[in-house]
Amino acid sequence: MKLPPFEYACPTTLPEAIQLLSERDGDAKPIAGGQSLVPMLAFRLAQPTLLVDLRKLADLRGIKISQKGVTLGAMVRWREIEDDERLDAAHPLLKAAVAHIAHYQIRNRGTVGGSLAHADPAAEMPAIAMTCDAEIAVVGKSGARVIQAADFFQGALTTALTADEIIVEVRLPAWPAGRRWGFEEFARRRGDFAMAAAALFYDQSADGKARNAHVGVAGVADRPLRLPSAEDVLSGRAVDQATIAEAEAAASAAVDPQDDIHASAAYRRALVGTMVERALKRAAARAQQ
Amino acid sequence: MEVEPRLTLADCLRHHLRLTGTHVGCEHGVCGACTVIVDGAAVRACLMLAVQAEGAEVVTVEGLSNDADLTPLQKSFRKHHALQCGFCTPGMITTAHALLSEEPDCDAARVREVLSGNLCRCTGYIPIVEAVLDARAAYGAKARASDRGGERA
Repeated sequence: MKLPPFEYACPTTLPEAIQLLSERDGDAKPIAGGQSLVPMLAFRLAQPTLLVDLRKLADLRGIKISQKGVTLGAMVRWREIEDDERLDAAHPLLKAAVAHIAHYQIRNRGTVGGSLAHADPAAEMPAIAMTCDAEIAVVGKSGARVIQAADFFQGALTTALTADEIIVEVRLPAWPAGRRWGFEEFARRRGDFAMAAAALFYDQSADGKARNAHVGVAGVADRPLRLPSAEDVLSGRAVDQATIAEAEAAASAAVDPQDDIHASAAYRRALVGTMVERALKRAAARAQQ
Repeated sequence: MEVEPRLTLADCLRHHLRLTGTHVGCEHGVCGACTVIVDGAAVRACLMLAVQAEGAEVVTVEGLSNDADLTPLQKSFRKHHALQCGFCTPGMITTAHALLSEEPDCDAARVREVLSGNLCRCTGYIPIVEAVLDARAAYGAKARASDRGGERA
């Protein structure tokens, strides 16, 4: 369980970091908080020849909130999101999701960019990015580009990032006041990865009907998913008991999880429906507050 | 000091600096026994490279005691029998110290949530939570009459 040998670099500029990554042609890895990468090294699931530490790159820091939405620097740690009171209004769904991430000590180190790049199928931040149509801004040897969350996650621990690219920031579109939302996650022990999780929101028209419904789930496929069939159930309807039951059934029917050591496929399929149901109940209850 | 890049902060503290109060349990960030305080924040020393701590202030469990007397947190752990085999205790103490330094008014639910990242296999959580809650006063907590430590959150 000791880490395999590697070289280490701690560049002070982004171009320098990209140069270091590109020179190794895939054998180098950036390290941000290290809360996923260091266990990967311990288990020999990753054996890079060089780690490029991003901790001195000021360009990757900070939480910016504007009319366009919330921009999280790649090196923003979970703790900073928990402590940022502006986010209570600017992105309550993000804040609720972050409360489910691992444990106290890990939230003091783990980063937004690290979680996106690691792309665990059961992790919270990728699910939020998918649910909210996030844009992920990256920079590499051939320049900067913006990747839509839907194109970014390509499979378990697999993303659209090339070996020389670094995530700079993730942009979450503006969150209107009055938006209804819910985040629900089930794990056997607090802090574990989700056996299933649901992140969802909708806006409510003056006539009490839901519109712009976004339903995302995690832990039930090789990547976080949006569930258009569940969103269709909600669109144009009042979110009452009957609608919620239909959305729950649609969510269970939409996923195709695998049996694994943690749960059977049938259990996960039922569980994801329950997470959607509970999240919708929370969302509807918020509407009355 | 100069170390290999692959050396974790936990192994650096134990093997190079001989500060063996920091315990190493799982070595992959699950058990919390290796918790130390880096620049004021509790972190898992097995998930941090020693080289990443360059220039940072690292406080280990040794730094939370003194020769003269037990600290209020130590006294509280003794009073409440908040340890049995003691393996998890350094991580419990460092975590609790970081928490109480920042949130002296935390409630039992918050203490339970934070300590959920530290495994105790003697299952001593109820006395540990009581000990942490009882130590709040020493960190400047406002007096509260109603909060009983053992209550379920």
